[in-house]
Amino acid sequence: MWKLLQIELYKIFKRPRTYIAFGTIASLIMIVQFGLKLDGKEYVDFMLSTVPGFELGGNVLNGYLVCYITLMMLLINVPLLVTIISADMISGEANIGTLRFLLAKPYSRAQLIIAKFLATVIYTFLLLVWLALFALLLNMLLFGVSDMVIFKSSYIVVIKSNDVFWRYLGAFGFAFIAMTTVAAVGFLLSIFAENSIGPIVGTMSIIVFFTVISTLNIPLYSAIKPYLFVTHMNNWKEFFDEKVDLNNSAISGTIQNPQRIINSVLVLLGHTVGLLAVAVFIFKRKDVLS
Amino acid sequence: MNKLLLLFLLLGSSTFADAQDMAPLVNKLKAKLDQVNDYQATGVLKTDIAFIKAPVSRVKVFFKKPNHFRLVKDGGISILPKGGLSVTLNNVIDLGNFVALAAGDATVDGFAVKIVKVLPGDDANDLVLATLYIDEKNLLVRKANITTRENGTYDISLAYGKFSSYGLADKVVFSFNTKNYKLPKGVTLEFDDEAKTTDAEKLKNKKGKVEITYDNYTINKGVDDNIFK
Repeated sequence: MWKLLQIELYKIFKRPRTYIAFGTIASLIMIVQFGLKLDGKEYVDFMLSTVPGFELGGNVLNGYLVCYITLMMLLINVPLLVTIISADMISGEANIGTLRFLLAKPYSRAQLIIAKFLATVIYTFLLLVWLALFALLLNMLLFGVSDMVIFKSSYIVVIKSNDVFWRYLGAFGFAFIAMTTVAAVGFLLSIFAENSIGPIVGTMSIIVFFTVISTLNIPLYSAIKPYLFVTHMNNWKEFFDEKVDLNNSAISGTIQNPQRIINSVLVLLGHTVGLLAVAVFIFKRKDVLS
Repeated sequence: MNKLLLLFLLLGSSTFADAQDMAPLVNKLKAKLDQVNDYQATGVLKTDIAFIKAPVSRVKVFFKKPNHFRLVKDGGISILPKGGLSVTLNNVIDLGNFVALAAGDATVDGFAVKIVKVLPGDDANDLVLATLYIDEKNLLVRKANITTRENGTYDISLAYGKFSSYGLADKVVFSFNTKNYKLPKGVTLEFDDEAKTTDAEKLKNKKGKVEITYDNYTINKGVDDNIFK
């Protein structure tokens, strides 16, 4: 099994397209950093204009806030980068005609599928580590560290600087679970195709379709929203909200709604396991002709 | 009819005379506060504003005559009502040209106080009206209601301790009305926070409050002008 995993990882990282995702993330983050470094005051002033009568003192546009802004923009696009690899895992082999040869090896189909999926998960993990390096650590170096101010739609949260880093660890961990679910969707679709374009487009269509449904505030769709994985994908932001005491002072080290995170993790893990199980089930019965 | 008019005039002039009498009290208070040329203070800042979740944090406060004031949060970010905290009693009392009118007596925190309305003589002054609740016996302002052109109206409650001889409070509470805060969801990319909005709604009618509890003052030891830049 370990050997299989090593082979699959070798195949992933041998392909130039794998590095497109890493390059895209690095360049996008650097563009955001460049813009905010030069014109960040405008952005902060815009945010402040929403709270007339108040003034902020200190280094508002610090590495923690820049990382948050970067993640808000990027985590919507990362699923596409994950899908490029996950949706190619089986269909890519079928496309170049190596799938039958692969199945001739002395491993069961289930082992093969699991090894391929684990390789995809490792790729996803490395992509998020790369994202964390650029979005968090590099921003901390470039913009410094201070308290973090987050402008939410109906309130503002101020988090002490020594209370932020662990929240990012949690947020990246959560994002990893969410992206693994996206990888599982692409992986499942790749079983049905003989080239990777269909599964990539299919996965992105599913994400867009369900995202639209989950953002519509129509009662008819509200009933199904909690069961859609896309509804939960953005809940990494829950790490950046604090409980308040009776005097309305934020309590450091707390999360406003931890149950929301737990529920989302369970839904996402449930989807991942379910999608992988379906993939194994179908692939074991699939008549492989290519 | 003429007698009635004369009576009104006499009553009016006597009220005016009483009102004029409050200027010496304000000047006595000013003399007391004038002992302080500058100070550095450390304390704890608590923010209680409906739409702001901020932790309790340590702050440093710097003041220098005539009206330089700065609050610095230790290594962090402060979010405070614009101008509100920087209007110290010195600003109010150091007007130079003002009218102080008596507005009765009251009790604040168990202390008998004189209510004094202070109006600046200069129309261009940001201060429109200040109502001071002056503890005449201890020569301390126990409460103030300040109305400014730029930053609206706010109340200041003051509690004194070991620095009362300088007229410096151990605890200052600023209260003010807050407006609703709303940022488009398209900006925050939050489309599913109905529950939290409801929490915010509950707090909507609360008055904003910022409380500073000072634990130490360093008085008249000099404060660098660069701090206020």
